Amino acid sequence: MSGRPPETEDKEQSGFGAFLDDLTGVNVDWRAAVLVPALAVLAALVVSVIIIIVSDIDLWREFSLSALGDSLAQARSAMWALLVGSFGSLTATSETLVFSAPLILAGLSVAIGFKAGLFNIGAEGQMLIGGMAAVLVGIKFSLPIVFHLPLVVIGAIVGGGIWGGIAGLLRARTGAHEVITTIMLNSIAGLAVIWMLNTTFFQAPGRNDPVSRDVLGSARLPRLLGFLDRTDLRLHLGIVLALVVAYIVYWILFKSTLGFEFRAVGFNPDAASYAGMRVTWLYTSVMALSGALAGLAGMSQINGVLYRATPGFAAGIGFDAISLALLGRSHPAGVVAAGFLFGALRAGGLEMQVATDIPIDLISVIQALVVVFIAAPALIRAIFRVKTGEEIGQLTKGWGT
Amino acid sequence: MATLELKGITKRFPGVLANDQVDLKVSSGEILGLLGENGAGKTTLMNILYGLYNADEGEIIIDGEVKTFNGPGDAIAAGIGMVHQHFMLVPVFSVTENVVLGVEPTKGAGGFLDIAKAKQDVRQISKEYGLEVDPDAIIEDIPVGIQQRVEIIKVLFRHAEFLIFDEPTAVLTPQEVEEFFGILNGLKDSGKAIIFITHKLKEVLEVCDRIAVLRRGAMVGEATPEATNEEGLAEMMVGRPVELVVDKAKSTPGDPVLEVTDLIVLDDRDHPAVEGISFTVHAGEIVGVAGVQGNGQTELVESLTGLRSVASGSVMIRGTDVTHATPRQIHEHSVAHVPEDRQRSGLVMPFTITENIVLDGYYDEPYSAGIKMDWKAARKKAEELVEQYDVRTPGTEIPASSLSGGNQQKVIVAREFGRDVKLVIASQPTRGIDVGSIEYIHERIVEERDEGSALLIVSTELDEVMALSDRILVMFDGRIVAEYEGGTVTAAEIGLSMAGAS
Amino acid sequence: MTAATAAPGTPEVLIRTPAEIRRSRYLGFTYLFLAALVLLLFYRWSVDLGNFTFKLARPTDPSAPDLTLSAGRTTLIVGAVLAVLGGIQLSRGFGKATNIVLGVGLTLFIFAFLAWATAQSSLGQFSFVGMMNQTIVRSAPITLGALAGVMSERVAVINIAIEGQLLAGAFVAVVVASPLTQTDQALILGAPLGNWIGVGAAILTGMLLAWVLAVLAIRYVVDQIIVGVVITIFVGGMTAFLALRWLADNPQLNQAPIFKAIEIPLLTKIPFFGPVLFKHNIFVLGSFVFVALLTILLFRTRWGLRARAVGEHPAAADTLGVNVYRTRYLNVILGGAIAGFGGAFFTLGSVGRFDENMTNGRGFIGLAAMIFGRWHPIGAMAAGLVFGFADAMAQTLGILQTGVPSEFLGMAPFIATILVVAGLVGKARPPAADGQPYIKQ
Repeated sequence: MSGRPPETEDKEQSGFGAFLDDLTGVNVDWRAAVLVPALAVLAALVVSVIIIIVSDIDLWREFSLSALGDSLAQARSAMWALLVGSFGSLTATSETLVFSAPLILAGLSVAIGFKAGLFNIGAEGQMLIGGMAAVLVGIKFSLPIVFHLPLVVIGAIVGGGIWGGIAGLLRARTGAHEVITTIMLNSIAGLAVIWMLNTTFFQAPGRNDPVSRDVLGSARLPRLLGFLDRTDLRLHLGIVLALVVAYIVYWILFKSTLGFEFRAVGFNPDAASYAGMRVTWLYTSVMALSGALAGLAGMSQINGVLYRATPGFAAGIGFDAISLALLGRSHPAGVVAAGFLFGALRAGGLEMQVATDIPIDLISVIQALVVVFIAAPALIRAIFRVKTGEEIGQLTKGWGT
Repeated sequence: MATLELKGITKRFPGVLANDQVDLKVSSGEILGLLGENGAGKTTLMNILYGLYNADEGEIIIDGEVKTFNGPGDAIAAGIGMVHQHFMLVPVFSVTENVVLGVEPTKGAGGFLDIAKAKQDVRQISKEYGLEVDPDAIIEDIPVGIQQRVEIIKVLFRHAEFLIFDEPTAVLTPQEVEEFFGILNGLKDSGKAIIFITHKLKEVLEVCDRIAVLRRGAMVGEATPEATNEEGLAEMMVGRPVELVVDKAKSTPGDPVLEVTDLIVLDDRDHPAVEGISFTVHAGEIVGVAGVQGNGQTELVESLTGLRSVASGSVMIRGTDVTHATPRQIHEHSVAHVPEDRQRSGLVMPFTITENIVLDGYYDEPYSAGIKMDWKAARKKAEELVEQYDVRTPGTEIPASSLSGGNQQKVIVAREFGRDVKLVIASQPTRGIDVGSIEYIHERIVEERDEGSALLIVSTELDEVMALSDRILVMFDGRIVAEYEGGTVTAAEIGLSMAGAS
Repeated sequence: MTAATAAPGTPEVLIRTPAEIRRSRYLGFTYLFLAALVLLLFYRWSVDLGNFTFKLARPTDPSAPDLTLSAGRTTLIVGAVLAVLGGIQLSRGFGKATNIVLGVGLTLFIFAFLAWATAQSSLGQFSFVGMMNQTIVRSAPITLGALAGVMSERVAVINIAIEGQLLAGAFVAVVVASPLTQTDQALILGAPLGNWIGVGAAILTGMLLAWVLAVLAIRYVVDQIIVGVVITIFVGGMTAFLALRWLADNPQLNQAPIFKAIEIPLLTKIPFFGPVLFKHNIFVLGSFVFVALLTILLFRTRWGLRARAVGEHPAAADTLGVNVYRTRYLNVILGGAIAGFGGAFFTLGSVGRFDENMTNGRGFIGLAAMIFGRWHPIGAMAAGLVFGFADAMAQTLGILQTGVPSEFLGMAPFIATILVVAGLVGKARPPAADGQPYIKQ
């Protein structure tokens, strides 16, 4: 070993960092946790502006300064619309939070996997199964809301948990890599949902296409701003659920023995088994928990927004969740923050599409770019000339057999 | 006649002088033995010769010409071939494919492999040097001894004149070793120059023409088999005055704490690594296990601590059968385990000191109640232990990765000794740490003994074993080949046993 | 019981490991279960249905006789054969032929199922030749995607971005080809020059994305699976974005002629096999060519030997003077070229226009096909064909109206892949260094 002095100077917390540490009770490298994500988002937004300009077909047809000016103006109004559409009004803020709720829940699902060294690409499928379980409970039983809603939540947890747990069990018992199995389980879930939606039990009466019946009123997440009596305020209990669950996940990860085991296994499975932890059991339980969280995300979409299931009700949220977990550094607080950001981007993206004709799909591009910058801090280092802390490095290893 | 000469080779790593002005010379038709303990600088020297490292000082001269190697390719071109300790063979490739990789014979313009010619070449070399192999066999299906032949053929296929063997016998069975010596002599007779790196005295005496001994990075002497014997070589290799002195009173052994009977343990490839070991460790005594790395110590410790299953035999701790216990059950029998590799299994590097302090005791009082962790209690304990065990750190809430090696090791020792233990199993307790920390950990070990614990210390550092142990067991090839009373034996004697001399 | 019946002269039976014995038993019961299904369900349902007909030629095809059999007798025979297979598997096993027999058994089962399905349908017949032709067509993009994966993972770089590469190829191909084919131009192999340029652009796009993957994975040592997922998300967003921004108001940019099936002299005239195997467009034929080419390149050339060594044991390759990094870049980028080519199939080889997310997970199925095919080009194609068949059969069952949900058939490939990675259907072993960055000492 080299006799290097401990590198404590580098890790010295700034006043603000220390404040955040006290606030959260966790010791974090705040440069990596806040500065890099912020710069990554900034860089992604800058690139998106460039994309808007470069993709302006008029500029390609005939280049002129005035056309370039038009392009710039469009990009500016797009960015402005993002802001207005996400936080510019009560409705906008409500929409942001409506989008945030499932994103946060699904993001927590992926994040808890990352914390335990597992890459859950299956949040989408777990959302589908969990959501269908919620639909089942929501149309099957007729109960007072105080009993029905908890039952719906339990249904979603069980559905998603089983779907995630399968991947965990396969990993623990046979070494089948969770990336492959969860991708396959996504496809299976997608087909299973289409099949279910065509059965008489689920299918809305009088429909030939795969659409479910509406869940009963007692199985719907109540609207939080219902007292204002405005139909455009869709904000529902889901966001509260998401925040409560985020706290629970935080508590599990950092305040419970189980979370301690998850994190130990995630960082160093050898040390975990040396310390007497049962690594195979942990893999299964992590994936089940991860699936349960994704199931809640599906429930939040079904019982909070759509009230019924269609084949595409997960809407790619399970994939956005991967970007989101990486942006939030797999920490529940980070996931919540990133969830609000992504929710805002989605809500603002709609406004952008309406106001400036720029397709909302730009949001997916922005999200992907954010992750590239997060995952390769060297890029951020090169662009902004700042220190970025540690690399994320390898989370996964081959197809592990 | 080809000659290879190293002159004044010096190589520094941060904090370590790996090679210090090493001179070496070998010519066609001779076998030079390069003898030294682990960490004496043998492998570094050979990696320099093979172009994997650049020397800080000194030069490599081949046939009177000074060479610079910027990679293995240059070394190969200069006629140097190396058989690595860990074979560089692609397990799913055939013998032929492995041999020709990088210098494949082709036919036609498309770069098509001429496998027929390649096989022919392999057969040719195989016949010429008496290295019997099936050119079509797949590497992973053939025994290690044959794999080694493939490595040799690989080197010969590249027309090497200078062959380096790094610990070639480490992985071979005694019969395979005999065959290997036959091969070495054949190569010598056909005019190759051979460097044979080992720490096994008997082997160099049996097969080498000259023997160079490396100690602490420097060349300490040369000998011929005729002019020396095992004792003389052991003296040169390890026979320095013991530099570590540990103050300790005579032990007063009490009741048996750890009783191991006829233990057989398999390694990862299902070969027996521990072959029928029996011994007992009593309360109030330190038993040291000496031996060269890879003679079954790792598997022994893993089986005693529940990390590896026992194939047969029994392990008792304080009268309870723990042969098939889990690591946690062992932990609950008041056993402290300081693992061999602190970074791989002893610590979770990104975890804070507090988290590492409770790594194996987190699930119980006082660190948790139910599933709720009590971080306040954990932190309090961590602060106490950091203070008590002299861990140099600005606080308990910084990641273990930011500590120096010595302080990391102290965290482990603090965790393991910081509760009421009856048995300590420590592997390489002071590997790679500074002298101050070594002394400190040694004091703690003796203190633990004086408080009535039984201690089993496994170390490849002979000095450490000698300084600490009340009794010394020497492991060789999965067996205990010798047992000595502490303080009554010289390093050279133990060194002989470690090298398998009887 | 195994030992008792194992006669001398069948040594492969004698050296079975416990895992093989377990698998053998498990397969044996599978055959018996399938036999029971066939006899108790298909046979019982079919016995009164009379004959069924598989059409082996469509009106435009070279003529071939129809295959007409009694549904009852067919299912009875298949059921009996499966029961015998199960018996043999349980008593002495099939040794080295186990997997082949498994293939035969499953084929027979599907045949019995189709026999019943056809007989019970009011049509009483269906175009078998059409279904097999569709099998091949639908397998092509999956196979090409799988080959891209093989190229990359053989040098130990995980390519989970195949989906993105396919989608980008599809988009770029049509966007480049559409404006270039507005005017009449010379036809090359039945397609205008602009289409060929479109394919070229798709290939370049695939290579570009592969280069990004390679740089991030090899140079920046970013987790390869994350990079792949992100590239796929990026392409999904970008193509949807551009489709709306460019193509929605400019339909002329999203309207290209398609590559039609090529008439190969002689070969396409062979009854049944001609239309099934050879009467295809350049993408399907290209997938055959690439499978052959990659098999030869990987297993018969110096380049292939080095590439495989880099994927299995990079340190060994490095000590022998093989440039690990260059090999990885090259293979990953060539793989991207194949995926880009495969992507163009979705537009220029099929419908002539781009739709959002039109690859619909085919890239992931390609990934599965690569694993199912055990990282071998021929295996990848075989797996691609299985997946293509499942696809084509689901379509056929829709026409025959069996009442069996086609979704379950659609799940088969994914379940099969899970069983393969879990080691339940023999062990698939990836290149040893797959997914691990190589860092020189």
